[in-house]
Amino acid sequence: MPSTVALSVARYRPEQESEPTFQTYEIPFRKDWVVLDALNYVKDTMDGSLSYRWSCRMGVCGSCGMKVNGTPKLTCATFLSEHMPGPIRIEPLDNFPVVRDLVVDLTDFVRKLKQVKPWIVRKEEKPLAEGEYLQTPAELEAYKQFSMCINCMLCYSACPIYGLEPSFIGPAAIALAQRYNLDSRDQGASERLKLMSEDDGIWQCTFVGECTEVCPKHVDPAGAIQQYKLSGATQWVKSLLLPWGTR
Amino acid sequence: MGYTVKADPHYTLYHPRWYRRRMSVWWWLHNRAYAFFVLREITSVFVAFTALLYLWQIRALIQGPQAYEQFLARLKTPLFLTLDTVAFLFVLFHAITWFNLTPKAMVVRMGGKRVPDWAIIGVNYAAWIVLSGAVAFLLLRG
Amino acid sequence: MLKRITPLLWLLFSAGGTVAAFFLPVHLLLTGLAFPLGWLEAPRYEILQRLLAHPVTRLYLFVLVSLPLFHWAHRFRYTLYDGLQLKHLTVLIAVLCYGTALAGTAMAAYLLWSIP
Repeated sequence: MPSTVALSVARYRPEQESEPTFQTYEIPFRKDWVVLDALNYVKDTMDGSLSYRWSCRMGVCGSCGMKVNGTPKLTCATFLSEHMPGPIRIEPLDNFPVVRDLVVDLTDFVRKLKQVKPWIVRKEEKPLAEGEYLQTPAELEAYKQFSMCINCMLCYSACPIYGLEPSFIGPAAIALAQRYNLDSRDQGASERLKLMSEDDGIWQCTFVGECTEVCPKHVDPAGAIQQYKLSGATQWVKSLLLPWGTR
Repeated sequence: MGYTVKADPHYTLYHPRWYRRRMSVWWWLHNRAYAFFVLREITSVFVAFTALLYLWQIRALIQGPQAYEQFLARLKTPLFLTLDTVAFLFVLFHAITWFNLTPKAMVVRMGGKRVPDWAIIGVNYAAWIVLSGAVAFLLLRG
Repeated sequence: MLKRITPLLWLLFSAGGTVAAFFLPVHLLLTGLAFPLGWLEAPRYEILQRLLAHPVTRLYLFVLVSLPLFHWAHRFRYTLYDGLQLKHLTVLIAVLCYGTALAGTAMAAYLLWSIP
């Protein structure tokens, strides 16, 4: 294995340039380093002006999402050795505005997440005196996979529909909505369906499937969306045939 | 909640210095997965082609034996043989991708556990063989 | 208006895709390749006429033509919209796609109904 590797890092400094550029850094190669280690090395010893997000460095916070050689990845979970020989291209996530260097603005996602009501919605709150909600393992299994989302936004970067139609609610938001729909404690499915039935809701998705491919937590947002489509369509048929029934 | 958040075409805060990348018209050529996706979607054109071919056949059948002979003769021309070969490959591609993706949309639970994907795909292929066999039998028994 | 019936359009797309997946490959293989190329003996006109006399056959053929057309309409509409980014033509595309599917369905219904 060579002793150094080249990192080709996207730079964007709005105060001095109007378009992003690439800057190459030659760094030592260590087989146990991840891309985040490499970026930290650059920032600590070579170029303190490089800006990027990171936090837990162990794949649970969702902060360090970036494109490595064109694929959205968590940089704390991507080994340099997987992309040898260099140069390794590091760019900010697609489909979000670039604030600076590798930092993107995620306000759009946060706004959409709030819209899908990612919390237990009850028609009537259960009083404390009645005790806790009981849930069987089977009921937990129904939604557990979708609860693994760490909001890292790799799926939004991979989704071409989100890139083409910025108003699309997007994979993670829909998966999280479905996580609550399938939760036995929740009674808010019909409320969420109202939002999801909009033009930029679940029907915008054409099942490209890239979101599931890049998800580091195996949430399978594509699956969540297709299941949501089926349940949404079934709900629509039911509401046609039985207009007086409400969920 | 006293206010509603509306879907806004200006989907982020307006900030003049943020760099917004435009998506190229050739976005679907940028990686293998996207190209595969578009190829998969194009199969729908050949699905429609086949449906229309059948519509044409039905019409020819109704018009009488001569019209039907004409139809059969047309199908033997190199143009239609080529079209049909290409269409068949795409329709096959549609069937395979469709069966492989079914378990994503339909979650079947038996005895509390989710039926594994390969089982659902297997059932699809088995049904495909049975149904195709039935159609072939009806058309070939003479 | 299209928004209100989107679930229906998706159901038609799904049903059409399923019919297309299960039945179109064998039909196209036989009708488009095996029979014209002589690999297998094509059914004679009288046999097909007899098959066509059954109302079940007519229903089957109606479904075989109509649903795949709706499948194409829905999918092609999104392909044009996303792939070629023809957003400004969205209404025109929808009308052309679903209109064609409706026309094909109507034609199939007329033909299959008019057989004695």
